[in-house]
Amino acid sequence: MSHHIVHVKNLHHTYPDETVALRDVSFLIQHGESVGIIGANGAGKSTLLLHLNGYLSATSGEIIIGDDQLSKATLPEIRRTVGMVFQDPEDQLFMPTVYDDVAFGPLNLGLSPDEIEIRVMQALERVGAVELRDKPPYHLSGGEKKRVAIATVLSMLPEILVLDEPTSGLDPHARRQLIALLQAFHHTRIVTSHDLDMVLELCERTIVLHDGKIMADGSTLEIFNDNELLKICRLEKPFAMQGCPICSPDRKPLPTLPPLVPPHSNKPHDHDH
Amino acid sequence: MHMADALVSPAVGGAFWAVAAGTIAYCSARVRKDLDDRKVPLMGVLGAFVFAVQMINFTIPATGSSGHLGGGLLLAILLGPSAAYLTIASVLMVQALFFADGGLLALGCNIFNLGVFPAFIAYPLIYKKLVGCEPRQTRMVTAAIIAAVVALQFGSLGVVLQTVASGVSALPFKAFLLLMQPIHLGIGVVEGVVTALVVSFIYQARPEILESVLKERPLGNMPTKSLLVAFLVATVLIGGVLSWFASENPDGLEWSIAKLTGSEELPETTAKRHTELANIQEKTAILPDYALPAVNDHDEGATRTATSKRVGTSLSGIVGGTITLVICTLIGVLLRKRTSAQQVK
Amino acid sequence: MLAIDGSFLDFKQLDLLALRQTPVHHLDPRAKVLTTFCFIVCVVSFDRYQISAMLPFLIYPAALMAVGDLPFGYILRKIIIVIPFALLVGLFNPIFDRQVLMQIGSLDIWGGWISCISILIRAILTASSAIILVAITGFPAIIEALEKLKMPKTFAIQLLFLYRYIFVLTDEGVRTARARQLRTFGNRGLGIRHFGSLVGHLLLRTWERAERIHMAMLARGFAGEVHSTRRQSHFGRAERLFMGGWITLFILLRLYNVPQLLGGLFTGTMP
Repeated sequence: MSHHIVHVKNLHHTYPDETVALRDVSFLIQHGESVGIIGANGAGKSTLLLHLNGYLSATSGEIIIGDDQLSKATLPEIRRTVGMVFQDPEDQLFMPTVYDDVAFGPLNLGLSPDEIEIRVMQALERVGAVELRDKPPYHLSGGEKKRVAIATVLSMLPEILVLDEPTSGLDPHARRQLIALLQAFHHTRIVTSHDLDMVLELCERTIVLHDGKIMADGSTLEIFNDNELLKICRLEKPFAMQGCPICSPDRKPLPTLPPLVPPHSNKPHDHDH
Repeated sequence: MHMADALVSPAVGGAFWAVAAGTIAYCSARVRKDLDDRKVPLMGVLGAFVFAVQMINFTIPATGSSGHLGGGLLLAILLGPSAAYLTIASVLMVQALFFADGGLLALGCNIFNLGVFPAFIAYPLIYKKLVGCEPRQTRMVTAAIIAAVVALQFGSLGVVLQTVASGVSALPFKAFLLLMQPIHLGIGVVEGVVTALVVSFIYQARPEILESVLKERPLGNMPTKSLLVAFLVATVLIGGVLSWFASENPDGLEWSIAKLTGSEELPETTAKRHTELANIQEKTAILPDYALPAVNDHDEGATRTATSKRVGTSLSGIVGGTITLVICTLIGVLLRKRTSAQQVK
Repeated sequence: MLAIDGSFLDFKQLDLLALRQTPVHHLDPRAKVLTTFCFIVCVVSFDRYQISAMLPFLIYPAALMAVGDLPFGYILRKIIIVIPFALLVGLFNPIFDRQVLMQIGSLDIWGGWISCISILIRAILTASSAIILVAITGFPAIIEALEKLKMPKTFAIQLLFLYRYIFVLTDEGVRTARARQLRTFGNRGLGIRHFGSLVGHLLLRTWERAERIHMAMLARGFAGEVHSTRRQSHFGRAERLFMGGWITLFILLRLYNVPQLLGGLFTGTMP
C-alpha cells in the first residue's frame, strides 16, 4: 500500500499489423512522483499508457504495479489502483448523468449504496463539481467535462493517476484550473501531453519517447534545456522557457517554411503586447 | 415509411406492440448470452451513428431528389441479427419520442416493419448466404442491393397490411399496395447501393470489422429457419385473428363499451348487430359509420330523416367543437398564468 | 446556418425542456408514461368519421404544456413537421370514399373528407402527447420507467448509450456535412459516391469511439454488467391522482361526446 511504485521492465509491443510501437522500454516510478511522458505524434505514448492498466498486453517484458505483476489474475485490482483519464472526456463519460458516471466504477467494485454515495460526493467535491451531479454530460462545458472525467476515476480511490493529454481542448482559464487541481493531488501521477508548459509546471521528472524508445529520463528542467535532444525528438522548448520570440533581445529568426500558395495577401505581422 | 399513430387502430397497434416486446426480450437475452461486452457500447454508438447519418442527405442519381440512409441492413451487417434488431428498435423509439415520428402506439408496427425484415430475413437469409464466409467486393454490393430491396418490400407490405387492417385510412388494399411497393422498390435499390458503398469502404479500411460478424454463429443454437417459421406463424395468427375481429366487430372498443354499458347480450343476427352498433354510434359520434348500409338502404324514408338528423347533429357538433376548443385554450392559458405566477414567486 | 444544424439544435432544445422544475416534471415517470399511453389508445380508438368527440382530448396537451411551462410555438412547430406523413395517406380518403355523409347547403361532404380531417386531428393529438411526454419527463427517466415496467435491461442500456452519443455523433455528422457543404458552393445534395466515403469515414470514427468507450469502461472495472444507480422514485399520492384523474377523464370523454352535448345545449337540437 505504501509503496505504490510503477515498474516497467523491458517492455516491447508490436501491433498485429507488425508496427513496432514500443522497444525495450524500462523505467521505475516511485510513490508520489509526478512524471511527464512526452514525444512526437506516434512516438508510442498512448500505447505505453494502455499497457499500464492492462488494456494492451505486452509482446514481451513485464509491468509491476505496487506488489503485483500485471496478469490476468491481478487485472481487476490493478485497474482500480491505476486510475486512467482518457484524452476525450466524451469517451469517458458515457452514463446519462454525472452522478451515474462517477458511480460507475464504485458500482463495479460492488460497494454498498451508502458507500457509493459517499465516494461519489467526495470525488465530485474534490474536483469542484458537486453542483453538476444531476446534469447530463453533454450539457457540460469542456473544462467541466474534464474535471468530471477525473472524478469518475477518483471515486475508485486509485493510488496512481494516469492522464492522457489532460489539457487538450481547454480554454486558458479551464486549463489553469485543471493544472491547479492536478498540482493539489498527492497521487503518483503520470501525464502524457504535447502541452509542454503544463509538463514543466506539473512534473519534476520527464520521460522522452521517440520512435518507441526512451530517449531521455530525468529532471524536466534539464531535458527542456537540451536543445539537441528536443530537436531529434521533434519537440520544442516550452514557451515559458523561450521568452518572446519576436521581441526578446537574443531573438533568433523563426524557422520559415516555403509558402504553399503565392502570398498575395501577406499582411504585416501585428505585434502588440 | 413509418406507420403513424394517426392511421393505426388500437388492436393492430397493440398486437404489434406485443410482437415487438417479445422479440426485444428474445434478442436481449441473446445479446446477453453472447458475452461479448464490447457490443454494449458499440450498439449504442452505432444507433447514434444511424441518427447522425440520417441528417446527411444525398442526391439520388437521375432523379434530382434527395434521400437518406435507413440503416437497418447496415446495422445487421455490422452487428449481426440480434444486436442489430435491438439497435434498430432503439433508434425507432428515440424517433417516436423526440420527433413524434411514427408515434408511440405505432412503434410496435414500425419496429416490426423496419427491424424484423432487415435483421432476421434480409441479412441472414440473403446477404449472408450470397456473400459467404469470404467477402468479395462485387458480391457484397450485389448482396446488399438484393437484401435491401427485399427488406424494404416486406417492410412496405407490412405498412400496407397494418394500415388496411386498422381501417382508419380508406385506401383499398390493392390501390395502396400498388402505390407503396414500386416506391419502395426505388428506395430499396438506393438503400442497397448506399449500404454497399459504405460496406465496401469499411471493407477496404478495416476488413476485420466485417469478417468477425460474418464468422459469428448464426443466432446461437436457434436456427434462423425455425425463428422465421415462428414469425410467420405469429403473423398469420395475428393477421387472421385481427381480420376476424375487425370484420365481426367493426370497432373493438365500441363493442366492449356496449358490453360495459350493459346493453343486453351480443346481438345474434348481423342486421340486429348493426342497428345495435348504430345506436351506440349515434351516442358517441357525430356521424354514423358509413359501413352500416343495413339501416340506410332498407328504408328510403329512414335515410332522409337520418340525413336531416345528421345535419342537425353535425351543426351541434360544429358549435360544440368550437366551444370545446375555446375552453381547452382558456384552461391552458389560465394554467400557464398560474404556473408563471408561481415561478415569479 | 445549415438546415442540419437547425434540426440538431431543435433536438437539444427538447432535451433541455426536461430539466425544468415544475410539478409535472417532478412526477414519477411511470405515471406520465402510462397516462400518455392511455391517452393515445383512447384517441385512436375513435372510429374514422369521428371529429367532434376527439376535440376535448386537446385539454391534455394544453394543460400539460401550461403546467409544464413548455413553449407553445416550439411544440407546435415540432407537430407541424410530423403531420404531412399522416396526411399523405389521409388525403387519399376523399378519393376512395365519396359517400355523402352530410350536406352543408348544397355542398355534399364526402366521408373521405371527414375521415381525412379525423386523421389530421389524430396526428396532432398523438404527436403532441409524445413530444410533451419527453419534454416533461426526459428520455433517461422514460427509459427508467419502462425498465421498471419490465423492459429488458439490455435494451434499456442500449437506449441509454444511444441517447448519450446522439449528441456527440450528430455533432460530428453536422461538422462533416458542414465541411463538405462549404466546399461544394451551393450544390445541395451529396453525390451518392461521395456520400459512401463520407459516411464510411464517419462510421470508422464511430467504431473507434466505441472501442475507446469500451476501454474507458474496462478501466473502471466493467465486467459485462452495467449496474445502475437509479434513485428510488416514489409512486405516491400525486402520481395516483395524476394518473387516475386523467384516465378517468379520457374514458369519460371517450364515452360521451362532450362537444355534441354542449352544441346541443346551444342549438337546441339534442341528438
